[in-house]
Amino acid sequence: MSTATESPVESHEAAHEEGHDHPSDRRYIQVAVILAIVTALEVGTYFVHMPGEVLIPMLMAMMIYKFFYVAAWFMHLRFDSPLFTKFFVSGLVLATIVYGITLTVFEFWHKG
Amino acid sequence: MSDVTELETPGGSIGVYTRPKANTGWRDWITTVDHKKIGILYGATAMFFFAIGGLEALLIRLQLATPDGTVLGADTYNRVFTMHGVTMVFLVIMPLAAAFANYLLPLQIGARDVAFPRMNALSFWIFLAGGLFLNMAWIVGDAPDGGWFAYAPNTGMIFSPGKGMDYYAIGLQITGIASLISAMNLIVTVLNMRAPGMTLFKMPVFTWMILVVQFLLLFAVPVITVALFLLLFDRNFGANFFNPEMGADPLLWQHLFWIFGHPEVYILILPSFGIISEVIPTFSRKPLFGYPFMVFSGIAIGFMGWGVWAHHMFVSGIGPISVAAFSVSTMFIAVPTGVKILNWLATMWGGRIRFNTPMLFASGVVSMFTIGGLSGVTHSLAPADTQQTDTYYIVAHFHYVIFGGALLGIFAGFYFWWPKVFGHLLDEKWGKWNFWLMIVGFNMTFGPMHILGLQGMSRRIDSYSPGFGFEFWNMFASIGAFIIAVGVVVFMVNVVISARRARTAPPVGLDPWDARSPEWFSPNPTPAHNFDEDIQINSLDEFWHRKYGEDEDGRVVRVATAEEVCQDGSATDTHLPSPSYWPVVLAAGLPFVGFGLMYTLWFCVPGGALVLMAIYGWIFEPVDDPDGPHGHGGHGDEPTEDPPSEERADDASAETTEEAPVG
Amino acid sequence: MRPPRPLRRPPLADTAAVSHGHGTGTGLSDNKLLMWVFLGSECLLFGGLISTYLIYRSRFGDGPAPGDIFDIPFTSVSSFVLLMSSLTMVLALSALQRGDIRNNRIWLLTTALLGSLFIGGQVYEFTTFVREGLGYSTSPFSSAFFTLTGFHGVHVSLGILMLMSLLISSLRGTLTTERSETVEIVGLYWHFVDVVWIFIFTVIYLVPSPTS
Repeated sequence: MSTATESPVESHEAAHEEGHDHPSDRRYIQVAVILAIVTALEVGTYFVHMPGEVLIPMLMAMMIYKFFYVAAWFMHLRFDSPLFTKFFVSGLVLATIVYGITLTVFEFWHKG
Repeated sequence: MSDVTELETPGGSIGVYTRPKANTGWRDWITTVDHKKIGILYGATAMFFFAIGGLEALLIRLQLATPDGTVLGADTYNRVFTMHGVTMVFLVIMPLAAAFANYLLPLQIGARDVAFPRMNALSFWIFLAGGLFLNMAWIVGDAPDGGWFAYAPNTGMIFSPGKGMDYYAIGLQITGIASLISAMNLIVTVLNMRAPGMTLFKMPVFTWMILVVQFLLLFAVPVITVALFLLLFDRNFGANFFNPEMGADPLLWQHLFWIFGHPEVYILILPSFGIISEVIPTFSRKPLFGYPFMVFSGIAIGFMGWGVWAHHMFVSGIGPISVAAFSVSTMFIAVPTGVKILNWLATMWGGRIRFNTPMLFASGVVSMFTIGGLSGVTHSLAPADTQQTDTYYIVAHFHYVIFGGALLGIFAGFYFWWPKVFGHLLDEKWGKWNFWLMIVGFNMTFGPMHILGLQGMSRRIDSYSPGFGFEFWNMFASIGAFIIAVGVVVFMVNVVISARRARTAPPVGLDPWDARSPEWFSPNPTPAHNFDEDIQINSLDEFWHRKYGEDEDGRVVRVATAEEVCQDGSATDTHLPSPSYWPVVLAAGLPFVGFGLMYTLWFCVPGGALVLMAIYGWIFEPVDDPDGPHGHGGHGDEPTEDPPSEERADDASAETTEEAPVG
Repeated sequence: MRPPRPLRRPPLADTAAVSHGHGTGTGLSDNKLLMWVFLGSECLLFGGLISTYLIYRSRFGDGPAPGDIFDIPFTSVSSFVLLMSSLTMVLALSALQRGDIRNNRIWLLTTALLGSLFIGGQVYEFTTFVREGLGYSTSPFSSAFFTLTGFHGVHVSLGILMLMSLLISSLRGTLTTERSETVEIVGLYWHFVDVVWIFIFTVIYLVPSPTS
């Protein structure tokens, strides 16, 4: 019943209309290489001693980068309808706010 | 999806993967994917549970009518009030709202069905499975006894050793799946299936409120899913989430529960707000005052509902900063609610009001909910709340909100849309008796509870000693409860009498209420295919605007009769999604899995097998029954113009493989 | 949260234009929208489990502490495996969109295998932990840890099941370019599970945990 299932021709046309094509395999591999490098950096921090105030923001930054990089390229949010992004981000933001407050009430950040 | 089966079965359908054909009798009801029938199923089932929950309420009031009551023992009393709460919240109000949403939402947006008709059937059957599972606890004699919010560790194995709380946890888990599926389905329906011209801000307010509720469900259900899993693992697999001896924090349950629980109260009330926002303009013969404010305040309530949960926990020791913060947010949420009440009043203001039964119930909601809302604001003041917590004051408050707000609104909806669903009106005289008995009984029951609570009577106690000054108001409240029961019986009688009378009486006509919103474009009762053709929506209250125009002096005059405006329902070339066996099969598997978790894992085997069978049956079943009415299925011999095999838009049963197992 | 307004298609099935489902209200496929809506909901599920873990990670009682028991190099390898399975998943989709059935099958199978490898790693990790004295009932920390990673593991396993179903479908010749959206939707689920693990790997494993 879906666009792609029912009428591949039209759906492809639609894709072109929006002016986006899916990226090439080459591009996907480049993305994966970047992800691998960031992961290596992340794991690298385990072997280097660093104070928490430096380490944790670094780790968080790399994690967020990877998170959104996968979402943007592999989950096609870069090319797809912004509505999908909105759904996903609203879930993420709501979860962050609600559970952030909960962790605050449990004084999680003080101990950390 | 279609392609799966087409390619699987080039020559048509094979073996078990044919689709059911029955259009009549019980088989039709079991396999139907028609949103209207599913709506009726939801409503009927919920009314059945309403009777159970009501009996439980009467038992509670019998026990408390006199001091040192002996009707129920303390243990049974705990079970009865727990099941009363759980039943009324999860098995009555939520499914009644789902009944209206299912029936009306596609009609109000001018669609022929929801986006995923089979999933729609699935959510109903899962809800039924969950409800029956929960009430099975009575049959095994071990009903849950931890209160509807089931505070751990009170509900852990040590303090609740029986199976009761497992029935609670698994039963709610199952109904939660149903809510989640239906939420996803309705969101996609609203976004993708509106009539041409119907922008979001031309949607009827009822549809808007249902949309907000579906978002609340979408995001709140997973939270209670987590909480219930943790409780279940604690009880059955020796986890330590709520075991203080091992260093766990009992507050965790309270937070998770109320993060879900507060959006949940808006899930209960917003559908009713939507209903009366349709009823009040119709019977005041005025457009809804401040439609955008109504919509935005609904969204605001939905959004702010996420930031107030800890006001249920002011005495749980969450610390002064948290208490202050949540106090403030709780006061704020009264603002959008107040906006709504003012808008309803302004809608009525200066209108030529007809006090038919739906309008009576709707004005009941406005007044009773205002009382409940105001007593709610008193809880936001933490010092006052400290006095009120766990007293009958709280019981009074939430019954004013949930009974006086949600349930009365649903009754308004019954009377208002009965002709739409069944093709005849409910009797007005009985309806008015119904209303006055309920409203008087309701105020007699719950009004005095404010006093009892402030006098210090705790909620959830099974008896009280004479001499505290509780006797009079308790007896008074119990009498009120039985008056409510009479009111409900009057409603049932009304249903029967009206149905019987309708057999001989002339049909109700197209537009019994001089209504405003697009669901009335189709005849009454709604034909299976809803609409003969698309409705072009140009404005909010499209139906009304086609009936009325302005003369040269700017006065509103009737320009068309309902007969001229409505469709006659005569279309025959429409194609409807075929029924399916699999939703009911899938749902039937879940209680077995539940029993398996509680008793012996072996039960999970047949349960899991049923679920798996249903999922694969679901995926591989032919998208359409080629022999069915108006079937196309590539036969190509249809004389009609509608192109064969292209009719699947509404057979959006089109499930993807992947949703089924996880969703 | 508010979706866009465009409304290009009439919603009823009467006309040919409608019956396709192209030109849905948002112009988006119902199925894909459903999956995204579902993923939005899943954020709250994993958020709850992760928060539970974070609240309990220092409550290990007499049992092993997270900082003592985690094997970062091992988990890094299995995290890397899962990350790469996202690449193979997207390559499977891209092959199918080109009509390259053969490569589609190869990449689907690879993805399923990498997923299984990850699950295997998790089973190994769990058994090691149990051997080292970290049972499910040992402490709030252990319960929260096993529940969180277990839920994630169940999600991966369901993903593997879906991939295998797709593969069977492909071998029976029914997974064609026209149905690439099905692969895309399974892919969305798969990548989501991967993204959740990216979060878990950093926040639960790499951020220094309490030690006893």
